[in-house]
Amino acid sequence: MMPESSLVKDHYGISVKCGAPLLRHFNQSSLPLHGNTNAQSAFCTQQNVPECLSHINQEVSSLGLRTIWTELDESSDLNVVTVLNCMHDLIQLHRRSLRTLENMEVEQLKSSSKLDYLQLSTTRLKEQLECSKRENTGLLERERQLQQKVKSLQNCLKNEKEEMQKLQNMIASRATQYNHDMKRKERDLNKLKERLSQLLVDKKERKQAIDVLNNIGRADGKRSVWKTEKTEAKHEGEMYKTLLSDYDARQRDLVLENAELRRVLHQVKNDMVSLLRLKKLTQKGVQNERDGTQANSEEEQEEEGFEPGKELFSVHASEKLTNSIRLQWRRLKSHVEQLDSQVSLAQVNAGKSSETTPRETQEEEVDKLKLEIQEYKDLIQTQQHLLQHQLSSSCDEITSLRNDGYMLQEKERLRGEWKTLEGQRSIFERERKNFTEAAIRLSHERKAFEEDRATWLKHQFLSLSPCGDPKKLMLSNPTGETELNLQLTQEKLSEFLSDSASTPKYRSSSSLSTVDLHHALHATPENLLIKPKVKTTNTEESRNLWEDFPILQELSEP
Amino acid sequence: MNFSEVFKQSNQLCKVSPDGKYLATCVQYRLVIRDVNTLQILNLYTCLDQISHMEWSSDSLFILCAMYKRALVQVWSLEQPDWHCKIDEGSIGLVSSRWSPDGRHILNTTEFHLRITVWSLCTKAVSYIKYPKACQKGLDFSRDGCYMALAERRDCKDYVSIFVCDDWHLLRHFETETQDLSGLEWSPNGCVLAVWESCLEYKMSLYSLDGRLLSTYSAYEWSLGIKSVSWSPSSQFLAIGSFDEKVRILNHITWKKIAQFEHPAIIDNTKTVYKEIEKRPAVSSDEMSLHDITVASSLFSTQSKYDISPLPVQIPVVKPDPDRANPKIGVSALAFSSDSRYIATKNGGFQVHSLNWHCSGDSLILIGKDQLCLCYMDADQNNE
Repeated sequence: MMPESSLVKDHYGISVKCGAPLLRHFNQSSLPLHGNTNAQSAFCTQQNVPECLSHINQEVSSLGLRTIWTELDESSDLNVVTVLNCMHDLIQLHRRSLRTLENMEVEQLKSSSKLDYLQLSTTRLKEQLECSKRENTGLLERERQLQQKVKSLQNCLKNEKEEMQKLQNMIASRATQYNHDMKRKERDLNKLKERLSQLLVDKKERKQAIDVLNNIGRADGKRSVWKTEKTEAKHEGEMYKTLLSDYDARQRDLVLENAELRRVLHQVKNDMVSLLRLKKLTQKGVQNERDGTQANSEEEQEEEGFEPGKELFSVHASEKLTNSIRLQWRRLKSHVEQLDSQVSLAQVNAGKSSETTPRETQEEEVDKLKLEIQEYKDLIQTQQHLLQHQLSSSCDEITSLRNDGYMLQEKERLRGEWKTLEGQRSIFERERKNFTEAAIRLSHERKAFEEDRATWLKHQFLSLSPCGDPKKLMLSNPTGETELNLQLTQEKLSEFLSDSASTPKYRSSSSLSTVDLHHALHATPENLLIKPKVKTTNTEESRNLWEDFPILQELSEP
Repeated sequence: MNFSEVFKQSNQLCKVSPDGKYLATCVQYRLVIRDVNTLQILNLYTCLDQISHMEWSSDSLFILCAMYKRALVQVWSLEQPDWHCKIDEGSIGLVSSRWSPDGRHILNTTEFHLRITVWSLCTKAVSYIKYPKACQKGLDFSRDGCYMALAERRDCKDYVSIFVCDDWHLLRHFETETQDLSGLEWSPNGCVLAVWESCLEYKMSLYSLDGRLLSTYSAYEWSLGIKSVSWSPSSQFLAIGSFDEKVRILNHITWKKIAQFEHPAIIDNTKTVYKEIEKRPAVSSDEMSLHDITVASSLFSTQSKYDISPLPVQIPVVKPDPDRANPKIGVSALAFSSDSRYIATKNGGFQVHSLNWHCSGDSLILIGKDQLCLCYMDADQNNE
């Protein structure tokens, strides 16, 4: 029979399974106890009492209590006692369970608090652990440092020990030396004592004596002299003489050495200057070259003049020299450093593969530079020689200066003359060109004039003869006249040109041309004058002619 | 190379005359003079006692023979064999005897260095010099023979006296800066006197001819100091060999060290090292009788030759006994070549008694106890 499930479902809305957790059931059922009596009443009604009874019986038996009702009972009435007992049991059970619940709650609280406590303690311990770890590392560090210190101190100690050992050895050797000397002296002393006692005892004392057959002469053959003050003074003098001669010799050597060193320094300085100059040239370009060479040549001249003038004895000069050398050296050093940095940069930029090629080109460059340096050196040397030669040959400074001045003057004059000559030559060229052009023109016109002249003559000849045309003549005249004149002038001019071409003196050539023209055209004025008289129309042409050839006008008027 | 017969001699007294014509040897109490070229005996003199010391005079005309035990000095003449001269120092004893540079005076040092007696052979006059110092080298003549420097000690202080050798006139007398003067030496040009301390202190003082102190040099303190000293022939350099196995060269302008040479046990940085290799044939000592020695071939039975050893070379070093005084370490001999280009040094306990250069400067003689060795230099080689 399964009434519970349906009953319970229907009435309580909770699914109760066999052996379900009774606690939960109790808890849940305790609520309705407090609360709804309707639900309680819903379980057991008048109708389903026996079912309820059996159900409760089952439940109670399952709980392990005495059953309240058996089927074998006759009356359907409940035994109140058993029911009460059962209820009591149930209440006891409930109370017991509540107690256990309480206990369990208490225990749970306890355990949770314990847990909290433990968590706190673990965090604390973790922190402690961290702290102690840090301390540990700190202590390890300290230990390491102390060990190092210990090592260094041990080294020091070793060194000190070694030193001490050395000193002890030294002391020992000195002590042995002292002892040895002391013993020797003691032995000597003992010998002396013995000898003294011997002498005091032995009354026979052997005296010193020399036994020579005959005196021998001095080694140098001279007679020995008495010891006098003069001899003493002489000895002193000789002694000082030897010392002085030694000092003299030494000083001479030192002076020579000094001069040599100075010369070498000077050479080095010049080399450095030339090196730096070379670098300046390659860096700055051609324009500066001219300025640079001029300036440097001046510098050089200054230096060369410097050297023999201010001898070797002035401190000022030597200071100047050393300072200038230091300056040049610094410049050279900075320059070399620059080059080095450039080279390194180039190498870095070029990359590893092309490492050898820059080096090769560098080497080539270096060789080239070396050659150039050698050339410059030689140049400088030759210049030096020349200057020295010049300086040695010229006895007086003033005359040399004067000579220099004269030479400069002459140079200037020659330069000016050259310039004028050049100008005149250019002018001459131009005029020559013009003249040739004019000559060419004139030749053309002359040809035309000749032809016209020939035709005019023909016409005149023809006019003289009965058949002739004056108009033709009139037409042809002006051109013929002009052409005649032109021809003449042309002839003369060509003559003059040929003359003038042969002689270079063109200053007089212009005058020659006018004079010659004058002479040449003496013949022509009659012709020129005659023509205008005859033909009035020709006056205009003749005026034109004068205009065209003002020279002819000039010539004809005077 | 030919060899003459062997002659007897005693005390290693065997000297060639300064002019190179005669050879004098001493045999017990006899003095034998031979001609150098023919080795014929020219003269034979007999002295009164065993000769302790023999010396030629500078003009090769006289020889002095000193007999220290009997405090006698006998002088013999080569030109006049019957000329004789005997100097008896008497009870005062004789410790050393030598010629003066002019060859006419004899300086005798008495026992205990009480005084130096100067005997003149020209005038029979006697001069005394008091308080000479008994040290390694207390007396030195300048090379030109004009001056004599003598170390003296009075009142526990060191002095140097400079005498003019002409008439033994005392030129200068000055106190030195040394505690215990051990030696002095003139420079070859005669202008500077080098004076050095005993080995307990490294101190070299340089005095000018007129007694002024020019400079002092001290390389280090406390350890044992100077062992040997040598001037270069040009007077430009002074070489000091010391117990620390180093040679220091001073220059004559500033008197400061310009070079220092070391003698390490392992040689690594020189050009060539020559090592003597001996090949001894097995000869038992019984056979080495007098008879055998006179046979020329057996004398040179131990053949030795020199090989060039490859660098680095380890030199066998014998550690000297440190408990003994004057230990056999340090540079004990120095010699400059005549052109001042090379210096030969002997370091340590090698059995070399002396080093001498030939006057041309290109060969060196090493003389040991039983052997001698000639070292020739080629153009670019140096000998160790």
